[in-house]
Amino acid sequence: MHRPSGCPSCAEPLEEGDRFCGVCGSPVSAAPPPAFRDDPTLPIPTLPAPPAGPTGGYVLAEPAPGWGSVAAGAAPTLVGDAAGWSAQAEPASAESAVRPGPDPAPAPAPAPAPAPVPPQGSSYGAPDPAYGGGEIRHDRPGGPGSTPTPPEGTPWGAPEAPYGGAGPGHEDPYASGTPQASGPAAGDGGKTCVACRAGRVDTDGYCEHCGHAQPRERDHLEEELGSVAAVSDRGLRHHRNEDSFAVAATALPDGSAATVAIVCDGVSSASRPDEASAAAAGAANEALLEALPRGAHPQEAMHDAILAAAAAVNALAPEVPGAQNAPACTLVGAVVSGDLLTVGWVGDSRAYWVPDDRDALPRRLTEDDSWAAQMVAAGLMGEAEAYADVRAHAITGWLGADAYDLEPHTASFKPDHAGVVVVCTDGLWNYAESAQDMAQVLPVDAATRPLHSAQVLVGHALDGGGHDNVTVAVVPFAAPAGPGATTTATAAVARAESEPEGQVEPEARPQA
Amino acid sequence: MANFAKPSAPRFSVEVYQNEFLPEGGRDVHAIVTVTSTGGAAATRAAARGSAAVVIMVDCSGSMEYPPDKMRGAREATAAAIDTLRDGTAFAVIAGTHVAKEVYPGQGRLAVADPATRAQAKEALRGLGAGGGTAIGTWLRLADGLLRQSSAAIRHGILLTDGRNEHEDPAVLRATLEACAGRFTCDARGVGTDWEVKEVTGIASALLGSADIVADPAHLTEDFTLMMENVMGKEVADVALRLWTPVGVEVQYVKQVAPTVQDLSDRRTEAGPRAGDYPTGSWGDESREYHVCVRVPAASVGQEMLAARATLLLPGAPGEPPATLAQGLVRAVWTDDLAASTAINPQVAHYTGQAELAKAIQQGLEARKLGDVDGATAKLGRAVQLASASGNADTAKLLAKVVDVVDAAAGTVRLKAKVADADEMTLETRSIQTVRVKKS
Repeated sequence: MHRPSGCPSCAEPLEEGDRFCGVCGSPVSAAPPPAFRDDPTLPIPTLPAPPAGPTGGYVLAEPAPGWGSVAAGAAPTLVGDAAGWSAQAEPASAESAVRPGPDPAPAPAPAPAPAPVPPQGSSYGAPDPAYGGGEIRHDRPGGPGSTPTPPEGTPWGAPEAPYGGAGPGHEDPYASGTPQASGPAAGDGGKTCVACRAGRVDTDGYCEHCGHAQPRERDHLEEELGSVAAVSDRGLRHHRNEDSFAVAATALPDGSAATVAIVCDGVSSASRPDEASAAAAGAANEALLEALPRGAHPQEAMHDAILAAAAAVNALAPEVPGAQNAPACTLVGAVVSGDLLTVGWVGDSRAYWVPDDRDALPRRLTEDDSWAAQMVAAGLMGEAEAYADVRAHAITGWLGADAYDLEPHTASFKPDHAGVVVVCTDGLWNYAESAQDMAQVLPVDAATRPLHSAQVLVGHALDGGGHDNVTVAVVPFAAPAGPGATTTATAAVARAESEPEGQVEPEARPQA
Repeated sequence: MANFAKPSAPRFSVEVYQNEFLPEGGRDVHAIVTVTSTGGAAATRAAARGSAAVVIMVDCSGSMEYPPDKMRGAREATAAAIDTLRDGTAFAVIAGTHVAKEVYPGQGRLAVADPATRAQAKEALRGLGAGGGTAIGTWLRLADGLLRQSSAAIRHGILLTDGRNEHEDPAVLRATLEACAGRFTCDARGVGTDWEVKEVTGIASALLGSADIVADPAHLTEDFTLMMENVMGKEVADVALRLWTPVGVEVQYVKQVAPTVQDLSDRRTEAGPRAGDYPTGSWGDESREYHVCVRVPAASVGQEMLAARATLLLPGAPGEPPATLAQGLVRAVWTDDLAASTAINPQVAHYTGQAELAKAIQQGLEARKLGDVDGATAKLGRAVQLASASGNADTAKLLAKVVDVVDAAAGTVRLKAKVADADEMTLETRSIQTVRVKKS
């Protein structure tokens, strides 16, 4: 526990007995051992914000004084809600009650004494002691702050820096899912084992010395397309990444841009879940890229895309009638087209709406196809009771040949202000379940730095334990042209399907 | 997979059957490695001149005349085996007693099979008579000396005995077997019922050949012909199963489990860092299965490692690296999914059962010899149960000659009061024979 788990220079995970970093070659002993805490490295600011704007990525984890009151004044700002969504939008008063003013609520990490609180809307980019040593900083501001100064020429802040997983408490560097190929300072050979540093990697992808499997391409994937970015990670407890995503940008017939993000989570208890999620994400993405440019309504297109994804997953199943455990996955997708935000989903992968103005209320846009969600929706159980049940996370809807009754959910919104859509698998939202939690983890500059924000979110899940594969897409939504155009509730929903009604008995499928 | 250069050589393939999932803290990894060689025999049957050398060792001790049909059967069987020799094969015949004597061609040479030499050899067999003792080590040493002159890849012996190795210190035979191991392969047969099962199976096991009983001398001809056909079908010799393991991984055992159970763990020769070679002898068109068990260092959930790499190697010419024929990977993946980590691979389960079956028979017969009725009944009952459950019908039949089966599924048996020696020896000799996994 109390040894450096990451290279002091590039944060590449280390093994016991290493004297040099296997990636950047820096001597391990030369650097002072970084201070470690075995706590989740939640973004807790300790220094006042630099005067410059959004240099850093971490927002307050704790409500600032005035947060509650400001939030209380902010009415739900989404318009065109799908029917039934109102139940989900917590009233501002409840928010105030939960977070009473400046008192620091119990934090997951031992929080330092509440820091001086900056004016609303400012962000923190300053180094955080909790992020010392093995943790990766994706945005290291010029000021070194209290963390050890890295040697010259080290790849701090490289966007493709190996991500997360090297935190204290993660004994095993191998489990970090570090993409070896993309390591910024990977040696010329580039084929040294990431686990023992001593062996070369054979053609099968295993170390010739210690036998450890080397990270695969899918273990950690990142993609950025200007208007959208996504990151997928194997996590710390699963041996492969069964999540998949697709992001794309296209143009509508009127020439305006449209952005697509699809995230899928393979069902572990089914066979070949990794293939299922890849097939579904690819098929849904292609369907949208085909439908949107020819002018299909985004919600219509999303509905058809989910059907296309289902067909692609079904095609993976062996043609044996009644075959068990056909490949299966969940799907959640978001399309931003002009002033319209469309989401669609099957299963328990989610989309969240986080306004750029953090005073406004964040929202969850999807309703899980899960046992717990259905119990709550049917009024049979309270939320706390339902989610405490062992069956809570069993999903009741999925894509796959043995799907009970495929029911694509879609909804469209016309937000009157700018924000980002966080499209993610439960590997992330297990560590930031409520929309408020998600908003607090999401960097405030998410709209301008979607890739960085996605990295931060994945890092949050890994710091929390990384018990599942983690995949997140961050889709910025620009405010409509007319700033004052808060013409509310124009019911732009073409076919918003309400939550599953009273379907509490469909066969449940456990999801790992 | 195979990158073996000779186009006529068989192609090898390796398949690994295992449940790679381990629970947190799990360390033992079991795998069945199936090696199959195909496509070689037909192509080379005519062409492979000088590719094989065979020495037939015939017991000519005095007991072979009691009854006299043993000696007659041995002569006829040897003649039949000579007729089965492919043209161009180097061969010799040795008469074995308390000393070894060359019968044909003599003067420390090997003959090359053609119609003339075959006729001469059969003529020489007429001179075989019984008389003297039994010192099998001397026969093997002479065979070794003859075979060493041959440059043939396939070097093989066929040994027939009817009695115990009475005129030789067991240690001498052991030392001889150790010296000969790897130099040639040898099938061993016991004729009649006066020989020692452990001696004959020990010879075959050490020299990577088959062992069997020919209780009735009249069946010797048929058996020798089959044996020689088998030898003529061999294409490549001295194939080794190389097991590479990463740092920290211990090999628990390596066993051949089909067609017979042979523990190869002690036969390992080191071959570079963390690699060891297990001899498999010569191969024709055939398939064999190996049970590999390794112990890996404990790792946390979500990790994956290569637990072992099984490679089939053909030794190269002197000074050249061995050729890799095929390879398979044994993996370990730690998971917190209990359904995955507790599943037992059907192949592993089957061959674990077959190995237990062989052991139960051997222990049961041993207990029976010692008069331990309860122990024998328990062990042989377990054997009946295993044979029945795994579909090993041949072994089940042999068991039924030694015990009365009351309930095969439950393993309830009674020892037979009277058991023919031949039946007991047949069961003991063939106890190591296994069946493949049933295709469901």
